[in-house]
Amino acid sequence: MAKQGTGSGLVGLLSADEGSLADQWIDSVVGSLKGRISKAEVGRELHELYGALVEALRAGGTDAQSQEMSETRALLTELSRNRARQGFTPTETAISVLALKRVLEPALNGGSAADVAAYLELGRLLDDLALFTLETYARAREEIISAQAVQLMELSTPVVKLWDGVVAVPLVGTLDSARTQVVMEKLLQALVETGSEQAIIDITGVPAVDTQVAQHLLKTIVAARLMGADCTVSGIRPQIAQTIVALGIEFGDIVTKATLADALKLALTRSGVDLVTRGGDQR
Amino acid sequence: MTAAWAADEEPQTQNIAHNDDVVRARQQVRTLAQRCRLSLVDQTKFITAASELARNTLVYGGGGELRSGLVEREGRRGVAAVFEDSGPGIPDIDLAMTDGWTSGGGLGLGLSGARRLVDDFVLDTEVGRGTTVTIVKWAR
Repeated sequence: MAKQGTGSGLVGLLSADEGSLADQWIDSVVGSLKGRISKAEVGRELHELYGALVEALRAGGTDAQSQEMSETRALLTELSRNRARQGFTPTETAISVLALKRVLEPALNGGSAADVAAYLELGRLLDDLALFTLETYARAREEIISAQAVQLMELSTPVVKLWDGVVAVPLVGTLDSARTQVVMEKLLQALVETGSEQAIIDITGVPAVDTQVAQHLLKTIVAARLMGADCTVSGIRPQIAQTIVALGIEFGDIVTKATLADALKLALTRSGVDLVTRGGDQR
Repeated sequence: MTAAWAADEEPQTQNIAHNDDVVRARQQVRTLAQRCRLSLVDQTKFITAASELARNTLVYGGGGELRSGLVEREGRRGVAAVFEDSGPGIPDIDLAMTDGWTSGGGLGLGLSGARRLVDDFVLDTEVGRGTTVTIVKWAR
């Protein structure tokens, strides 16, 4: 019975001046977002939220995790996911909920003891809902980041065909175990699909070759060799060459070239293509 | 430490607890090496050494911390990195510093190679307490 009492107290507090409260709330949120989202959109979101919150309180829900609040939580989830996707900060996301507390503050002036108690109760509820919003926001951001990492891994390792029977992988960035796996799979697949016997791995875009990168490279090359392809590593810049020597990494009988052009020339020669420069016929 | 941190600034700290932290450690060291005006070759050598040691800290030390900053000795400027972990420590330093020897699945060149890549290399380890490796590269 007591719980029912506070619940209705909260409803009373919220629906005392429903229209103007919601409007003040919307104004306050729009102001904090600095016009990066339209007032109409914020208005639609918050009106729904307001409605759901009042509904949940009427139904007796005073706990953020309760069954009655599920509609409110769903709306908040949608709101924080949208904010995360549009690049708003955590503060700008949480303010959507917390602004309601500030809007309700004037109701404390001259309010009865019951009003103050109701405000405190609602304050705790809104704090919990704001925390929930932040958690959802963080989860949405993490999902975006991991999705991007997967995309990056896919995008950054194209296998390109340079000539009949010659494929190349231009590597950019850091080679870790996961990316090496992708590179290796794609290269081996491309060797089969194009029937190529010459593979070039270009490391111009790899900033540092440490022992792990070298080990991954060597594994990829051995795998390509097992499939009967000749593998050349190109794009070894002077500073990388000196570092590899100082580290003591042995490339053994693996052919390496300074530039991709050199590697292509070698691959063409190996596959029996003659390159002829015609004298005086330059356009 | 073989030299004092440069007086005008505090060393930066970076936790090494995850694979991504190795990349971050490398970026932190790269920025410092560029500010110290190391030559491109020396930059690459120092970054590569830091990359090896950061990975060792993660894989063999079970994670730890990197402190890096500019150092000064006798009017020369250099960049230093200290890798500290509280892992199992290294029982046989001579063996660990041997080319091609590895207790994991690597090439066995990380520790010994890193020593060749830098000017100063100090390895302090005790079984059960952890390992601290300090490297310095001086600007020429």
